[in-house]
Amino acid sequence: MATVTLSAVTKSYGSTAVIHGVDCAIADGEFVVIVGPSGCGKSTLLRMVAGLEAITGGTIAIGERVVNRVEPKDRDIAMVFQNYALYPHMTVFQNMAYGLRIRGLSKDDIRARVDKAAEILQLGALLDRTPRQLSGGQRQRVAMGRAIVREPQVFLFDEPLSNLDAKLRVQMRVEIKRLQQRLGTTSIYVTHDQTEAMTLADRLIVLNGGVAEQIGRPIELYERPASLFVAGFIGSPAMNFLDGTMGEGGGVMLAGGTALTITSDVAAGTAVTLGIRPEHLVLAAEGEAAAHLHVEMVELLGADTIVYGTLGDGGPSLLLRLNGVAEIATGVRLPLGFPAESLHLFDKSSGRRC
Amino acid sequence: MESRSGHLAWLPHLILVLGLALVGFPIYVTFVGSTMTTPEILSGRMSLMPGGHFVENYLAALTQGMPQLSGVPVARLLLNSLIMALSIALGKMLISFLSAYAIVFFRFPGRMVCFWMIFLTLMLPVEVRIVPTFQVTANLGLIDTYGGLAIPLIASATATLLFRQFFLTIPDELIEAARLDGAGPLRFLWDVLLPLSRTNLAALFVILFVYGWNQYLWPLLVTNTASMTTLVVGIKSMLTVDANTPWHLVMAMAILAMVPPAAVVLLMQRWFVKGLVDAEK
Amino acid sequence: MERRVVFEGKLLPYLLVAPQLAVTLVFFFWPAAEAVYFSTQSQDAFGLSTVFVGFENFATVFADPDYLHAFQVTAIFSVAVTLLAMLPALLLAVMADRVVRFAAVYKTALMLPYAVAPAIAGVLWLFLFAPGIGILANALRWMGVDWNYLLNGNQALALVIVAAAWKQLSYNFLFFLAGLQAIPKSLLEAASIDGAGGVHRFRTVVMPLLSPTTFFLFVVDVVYAFFETFGVIHAVTGGGPSKATEILIYKVYYDGVVGLDLGGSSAQSVVLMIIVIALTAVQFRYVERKVHY
Repeated sequence: MATVTLSAVTKSYGSTAVIHGVDCAIADGEFVVIVGPSGCGKSTLLRMVAGLEAITGGTIAIGERVVNRVEPKDRDIAMVFQNYALYPHMTVFQNMAYGLRIRGLSKDDIRARVDKAAEILQLGALLDRTPRQLSGGQRQRVAMGRAIVREPQVFLFDEPLSNLDAKLRVQMRVEIKRLQQRLGTTSIYVTHDQTEAMTLADRLIVLNGGVAEQIGRPIELYERPASLFVAGFIGSPAMNFLDGTMGEGGGVMLAGGTALTITSDVAAGTAVTLGIRPEHLVLAAEGEAAAHLHVEMVELLGADTIVYGTLGDGGPSLLLRLNGVAEIATGVRLPLGFPAESLHLFDKSSGRRC
Repeated sequence: MESRSGHLAWLPHLILVLGLALVGFPIYVTFVGSTMTTPEILSGRMSLMPGGHFVENYLAALTQGMPQLSGVPVARLLLNSLIMALSIALGKMLISFLSAYAIVFFRFPGRMVCFWMIFLTLMLPVEVRIVPTFQVTANLGLIDTYGGLAIPLIASATATLLFRQFFLTIPDELIEAARLDGAGPLRFLWDVLLPLSRTNLAALFVILFVYGWNQYLWPLLVTNTASMTTLVVGIKSMLTVDANTPWHLVMAMAILAMVPPAAVVLLMQRWFVKGLVDAEK
Repeated sequence: MERRVVFEGKLLPYLLVAPQLAVTLVFFFWPAAEAVYFSTQSQDAFGLSTVFVGFENFATVFADPDYLHAFQVTAIFSVAVTLLAMLPALLLAVMADRVVRFAAVYKTALMLPYAVAPAIAGVLWLFLFAPGIGILANALRWMGVDWNYLLNGNQALALVIVAAAWKQLSYNFLFFLAGLQAIPKSLLEAASIDGAGGVHRFRTVVMPLLSPTTFFLFVVDVVYAFFETFGVIHAVTGGGPSKATEILIYKVYYDGVVGLDLGGSSAQSVVLMIIVIALTAVQFRYVERKVHY
């Protein structure tokens, strides 16, 4: 077990910078998820920790040791790849044993470690099969087994579930979490799937264009997103954004002419973006409505109902999420309430929370 | 797609059987000839049924010294052909595998120059530069040696390009996994790449064995003594196209010259067909 | 196309390419350079001294009626071999693609000539057509044809063409069959639904999709006819009678090895090299799209 410390880590290919100085101290035994859209540099960052990409600037330390110039095999880490990267011609046993064999462990040692990992992952019956004889989920488990047998300081996961179908993905997600809790090994996990990120992480790093937009507990990011990007990325369906201007005395004038009250010390006249999550919008009594939603489409999902519409006639589009089944006809005007405690205010020009 | 029009369903079979006859007839007649005596062949009414001298003819061909070949028996030519074909096939596979590995899995100054130099050899079949190649080989003292028969033919772009193409399909993550497992480049080559290339190696072996076995102009030039020549070349010395030609032995030699490459092709057919088509893509 | 992930190594990659590079340099580039060099030199009668003569050897070669004749023979020979190797192969491949029963048997049997050396293919056909000996030669005599390829140049040319094409049939067949099998069946079904009959379907759907294979095989067959058929000619006719079957590669061999005319033979080699390079270049322009060299 070990801590992982990233200090001002940068990465450039030639003159193109892809990681712009990421700082993060990962505690011993912590499960950190790096999440972001494709091309944000999250895999690159993980591969820098693994030693598969050179570090342009800053330092990465595993435990007390700075590993910038340490070979991947000597970093005491293990990695699970998106496509599993199992050796196609080796059996499950050989796949897991290969790294141990190279490190010169005794046959008995290897046998014991592989058997133990196989037991944890329920791979015992599959040890003599080759990868092509396994299902996607089984391959995934073998890839994890290969990581476990090394008994590393840190597990690195590079989108390990993206090649699985939706149902299996949920199942494996639970398995990974359970496994990490059991082994207590520090883990860094990369994904583009925010649900996966929210459910797995002790802490999240939201990466956008090579910059860590926000680092924190999943619920913190949900409740107090530090930027428009994080606000839009975390949560599903995504947060509604409405452009407006700060009015005198703490109110916000929306583009459509609607005025909302909000407690804030932002200077009047500042261009802002107001955010509110679809699940936080409420149906108001007709007299108390701050605005009206013109309903264009309704999705009944059973557990909840998603209502698509525009704010006012031809105004900005808005999503509303209601619990349970709400039979709403298209074309009606729904009176809406915007609870002040659920409003997020962002500076329009910088995109930061204000 | 089996033809739906039932009344024409036999037509493809008829055409294919004619094709088989076209392919098989010359080989069959040669085999029949190899089981007869030369007077039987020359009678002007050669039978199309095999004669009774099969064992006798082949034994004679293999063991008797041939006057036309300065007293060397065909067994020796068979051995020479085998050594040449195997050296060319295995030699080409080895050096091509290594060079393709270097070109695909490393970055080094001059890499593209190496690639293009190898690639250009695709455009220079040995026949085109035959005389100067012969002189170079002679200067190196390789006339009438197995080295001279094989080495000038073992550099080929085809095998290198085939390996390169296959190596490019190996996922990056497999190399990264190997690096994390602590496998260096040579270990990766031996433990991962070589076993993964089995099918390609098998296919190439067939193509290159046939290529090596069937060489004609090069062995003709580079060997001066009958004891170093190959079966495919040696058969020409037996042919005088007059009454002195021992036709029964020539036919036995022709059959003997076809059996090894045909056997390799048929036994390894599964890999060969796939590999042949891949190699030329 | 490049790999993203590679190994580190300073000396190792050079050691790995060294064997192939060495053989390539010694047996490809050196001889090719020598051919170019000698094509501009002239040796005295005793081979004691050489002088630079520029393009004189080329001028001599192209002024030589025998060489122009060889060019002509090569043109006829290679076109005939190519057509004769391709058309039956295409027909057989189309048929083999249609049948289900015995498909493996047909395929395996039709593959056999691939394994046969050109020189041996020559011997097989020679045995069928040797005047007074061969079964088919006797059959021709019986039908009243005055068959003697040892005396009749056209007959000799026909014989080597047939033998050379026979050997190449397999190769073409295998490629055509692979090409046909790569055509999605749904495409043919769509054409059927559109009302295209068998012949029409072949002409409008199959042939266009097969055209890259056809073009590839055309170039391969021409190169084969130019060079690899040396064994057929040497074993069957020796270029005769009276040079009727003397193709370019045979003349290079004959002038250089038997006639010991180094300059002339080298000039001919250089001409051949230019022809192959042109053929290969044409082919790569075409194949490039698929391969990304």
